[in-house]
Amino acid sequence: MAIAILDYGSGNLRSALRAFERAGKDVVLTSDYSVALEAEGLVVPGVGAFGACMQGLASVKGDALVRERVALARPTIGICVGMQILFAHGVEYGNHEGVGIWPSTVEKLSAPVLPHMGWNTVDVASGSNLFKGVEGESFYFVHSYGVTQKAESTALQSWTDYDTRFLAAIEDGVISATQFHPEKSGDAGLHLIKNWVSTL
Amino acid sequence: MTLSVRIIPCLDVTDGRVVKGVNFTNLVDAGDPVEMASLYNAEGADELTFLDISASVAGRETTLDVVRKTAEQVFIPLTVGGGIRAVEDVDRLLRAGADKVSINTAAIARPELIAEIADRFGSQVLVLSVDARRANTESGFEVTTHGGRQSAGLDALAWVEKACALGVGEILLNSMDADGTRAGYDLGMIKAVRAVSKVPLIASGGAGSQEDFAAALDAGADALLAASIFHFGVHRIGDIKSYLDRSGYPVRKVSRR
Repeated sequence: MAIAILDYGSGNLRSALRAFERAGKDVVLTSDYSVALEAEGLVVPGVGAFGACMQGLASVKGDALVRERVALARPTIGICVGMQILFAHGVEYGNHEGVGIWPSTVEKLSAPVLPHMGWNTVDVASGSNLFKGVEGESFYFVHSYGVTQKAESTALQSWTDYDTRFLAAIEDGVISATQFHPEKSGDAGLHLIKNWVSTL
Repeated sequence: MTLSVRIIPCLDVTDGRVVKGVNFTNLVDAGDPVEMASLYNAEGADELTFLDISASVAGRETTLDVVRKTAEQVFIPLTVGGGIRAVEDVDRLLRAGADKVSINTAAIARPELIAEIADRFGSQVLVLSVDARRANTESGFEVTTHGGRQSAGLDALAWVEKACALGVGEILLNSMDADGTRAGYDLGMIKAVRAVSKVPLIASGGAGSQEDFAAALDAGADALLAASIFHFGVHRIGDIKSYLDRSGYPVRKVSRR
């Protein structure tokens, strides 16, 4: 199977499924470890709070799955809370351990109005593949937590401002992630998804 | 980088069809919600809202189909309201492809529903729709039901504060006094609700001129919802966004690719 979307809880996965199909690949929703491991590309969506999301991920051994895919150099992309849980820690409703691909902590944003909800632009890291051709476009965000410290990593890091500066996307070899929802970001989002799919 | 203001068209849907006359000559089927959604998406709508006004169970099933088809073709956020009474209703809508749900009378009848939905799916999926009007209550605004015909016996600001504490992620504030007048949003009401809530605020009811949209933003709205002026072609979404852009408000520009 070309692309697998990891299904480990409720939420809207239909849009993600259709958006990745638009990039011209077969896509399957799965919670099966071996199907997700063997897929050319794996999408890790995320719903709800950090801790609940990690719990859901662990219930399908998704943490081990992501690490194994990275070790095997198989492309993986996290979306929204699916990005946040790839970091080391989260502090939403208590202290939680993440998958730990990158060392930072996911913290509450500081802004008068939360969630940060709507369309915002991104200060794109130079050399980004994901944003190629959509550097000046807006993307759809819905979140109250984020990574506000630059990760100690050679990964390409792209940022957005909402009172606080936070990480909008990270690209680190075979693993990348976006805080925004590309599957909800109109044509710009579909373009970004195609950029990712072109690396498979 | 600045968060853009959002322009949100709202479609009333019953038994799978858009109601309220929709006046677009370039549509094959102006009553088809999926086609309307695609059109508004192409015109630059930042989100879409469906309000399901079906009276029957069969009508609501049809709405799920409409949500499914829309989510497969239109890749911007979709909020669905109307008839949501329980967590299971939310689950079905999210699985069909909705990104957010809005609740109104069911939350008035049983406020714990807010916490139940937020605990299960997160606050970000939950919009509290408040039909409010000016009245002799503590804040000067009260909550209504039945399309503004009956008082719910709740002070509007007290209700917003309570709902925020229970976990709503966004407020859709409908002025029942201004609704349908095209005389402008109730700016005093927007300011009052803005002052007691820290979640995004969508203003609704009364939009007539382009200046009305700007005034609502100045009053504290983060997003603006309108129905008839878009459906009847009084204003095109693109024109409103161009006006706001020229006036210095951050808007998302839709590039043709």
